[in-house]
Amino acid sequence: MSASQQFRVCPTTGLKVYSDAQSLIKANAVAAVIFLAIGGLFGLSVALTRWPDVHLLPMDWFYLALTAHGLDVLLCWIIFFEVAVLYFASAVLLNCRLASPRTAWVAFWLMIIGAVLTNITILQGDSTVMFTSYTPLKAAPNFYLGLIIFAVGALVACGVFFGTLVIAKDERTYEGSVPLVTFGALTAAIIAVFTLASGAIILVPTWLWSLGYISNIDPLMYKLVWWAMGHSSQQINVSAHVSIWYAVAAILLGAKPLSEKASRLAFLLYIFFLQLASAHHLLVEPGVGSEWKIFNTSYAMYLAVLGSMIHAMTVPGTIEAAQRRRGFNKGMFEWLRKAPWGNPAFSGVFMSLVMFGFLGGISGVVLGTEQINLIMHNTLYVPGHFHATVVTGTTLTFMAVTYLLIPLLFQREIMFPRLAKWQPYVFAIGAAGISLFMMGAGTLGVPRRHWDITFADAIFPYQIPSAGFLMMALNGISAVFAATGGIMYIVNVVASVFFGKRTADAPAKASAPEPVMARPVVAEYGSAGTMYIPGTIFLVGVFFVSFVLYYFVNWKYLAEVWPLR
Amino acid sequence: MAITSPANRLWWKEPIHRVELIWIVIAFLWGLAMFFTMVYWHAIGEQNLANTTYKITPAAFSAKAERMAEQYKVRDELGIPVVRPPPGGDVYLLGRIWMWWPILELEKGQSYRIHLSAMEYSHGFSLQPVNINIQVQPGYEHVFTMTPTDTGEFSILCNEYCGFGHHTMASPLYVVESGAARSPQE
Repeated sequence: MSASQQFRVCPTTGLKVYSDAQSLIKANAVAAVIFLAIGGLFGLSVALTRWPDVHLLPMDWFYLALTAHGLDVLLCWIIFFEVAVLYFASAVLLNCRLASPRTAWVAFWLMIIGAVLTNITILQGDSTVMFTSYTPLKAAPNFYLGLIIFAVGALVACGVFFGTLVIAKDERTYEGSVPLVTFGALTAAIIAVFTLASGAIILVPTWLWSLGYISNIDPLMYKLVWWAMGHSSQQINVSAHVSIWYAVAAILLGAKPLSEKASRLAFLLYIFFLQLASAHHLLVEPGVGSEWKIFNTSYAMYLAVLGSMIHAMTVPGTIEAAQRRRGFNKGMFEWLRKAPWGNPAFSGVFMSLVMFGFLGGISGVVLGTEQINLIMHNTLYVPGHFHATVVTGTTLTFMAVTYLLIPLLFQREIMFPRLAKWQPYVFAIGAAGISLFMMGAGTLGVPRRHWDITFADAIFPYQIPSAGFLMMALNGISAVFAATGGIMYIVNVVASVFFGKRTADAPAKASAPEPVMARPVVAEYGSAGTMYIPGTIFLVGVFFVSFVLYYFVNWKYLAEVWPLR
Repeated sequence: MAITSPANRLWWKEPIHRVELIWIVIAFLWGLAMFFTMVYWHAIGEQNLANTTYKITPAAFSAKAERMAEQYKVRDELGIPVVRPPPGGDVYLLGRIWMWWPILELEKGQSYRIHLSAMEYSHGFSLQPVNINIQVQPGYEHVFTMTPTDTGEFSILCNEYCGFGHHTMASPLYVVESGAARSPQE
């Protein structure tokens, strides 16, 4: 174990960074970015095909690209990055060595092999079954095998994370309770175990079915269990990116949680209730009862939504409290105006926070309402919603925190600071556009996963409302923006990681102008004196009013469609 | 800070500030409101999809649909029968690659017992421009009551990916005035 005992002390944070942990975080982060690049290009080609005037790809390539896009960004990019986050939140934040680095490398290579195998199988062309691979559509056996290998690798990585927590506790590398960010990462890891186990439970028999050893996979059972992986894996994202919001606020502004208890309670609600969300995909399905649908789709009376709504106040609240502490105390919003908007880590995180809440959160609850789902299910509204959560939420946050990780872990300066400064804005505008315009098209009935909404080849063509075509054109333009932002990110990250100036022992300047870790801020949390956050209260009020209005507007739309019993 | 252990080791004993507590209570109550809105809509709303479902083989369902089509066919369109079942009666609609079969002609204001099933893959029943969307699974016969409230020519699209012809899967659905004359051949 001598190799794993080698460490350096980070000059910025004063934390011990063990070389094994550092290499593993780097490897997983680099793999994540590579899959983001591949998956992003597939995504761009899909959006350009959906733009009726461009209609880029031929039919078979469109469906193939759509299958690969889902796999590479939703699974590979996000899970690889999350493994990096888990190792960071355990080994680095707890000042500890990583448990069994060798096992962690096995996990890494399993994930690589699985991801590559599934990608190759998709590109061979006989596994165009979409990322969801609903049975009875059948892919080649290696499609499922790759996913299983990937899931096993990710599960092993979670084990390394749990092991590291045990070591840290045993070796007393920290005092008292684990930091909030580690707690959030632990939430993500617990959900990940549930998620990956569900994936194995359904994908192993499906793999055997595609090999011919099992005669039938019930399509409803498949869907129920598959979404216990498919949707819950998005809850890993939520836990991970909310943790990063707290982390970035702490690193950049020295922000403290308003109340450890409230924030941890919110994470705890995620652990208990988020996994019921498989029901979101079964709301207009035959064979499941309304009682089951209502209980599960609402996460048992919206208790997981409650968790997110708590974070919706506590995250901006910690930022406001920290900024006021630093002297930006004028009026309601000086703290926000004078926030470090030129720092991509901050601007990315704050835009992600706003867009995740307003676009992703509200649309998700509305879409997941049992009856309202009737007027949205499988229209483009669905991808509109989850691009708001996964792209403006998770991806934008992961991009933002990369600008901090490069100097801290790779010990390189950001090569093009000006590019980094603008990148989150370009990407956020594009991603927000994608979400909004797809949701708009969905409310007009435009179907998802559809190559040609002009229905040129159909014997009974349907004329989509012309506004639908406009929405798809705007979606295409937004995708070009988002792809530009994505390329700006990838070019900068790759250039910095491989060719950036070494930071030596000086703290990083380029992206994080002044990490103020040591500055004493918000004296006591939980005490009344520090809770002056009028700006946050105002923002939360706006959020709540928008939420209530949008919710009931959709009930009104529902009430106008044909009666069903 | 959020990246360091809580300064107060007994952090769970700190009171939650009033502002935060009020928000938690509001959010909790809002969750309850949304939950009971769904329940309430089952009592007063008109758009509640029934969950009545039977297991059935594609062949058996197809036979039922064919029997209905034979009995109530009013004309053909491009070789596909247009069927006008009696109001209040059972209507069988099957999704297969890549069409909805048969074409239906319904009367405005009348209720029909719709039976939906799929032949080989899952399909998505997407009635446009009304925008009612229902998942259709092979092996399951889903029965619910639907009442058209507008006349005209509507379209049933497929919004679940079902192979390379998915984007061509669209069939008309006609709604005529109640009691309107049957038009055997158009």
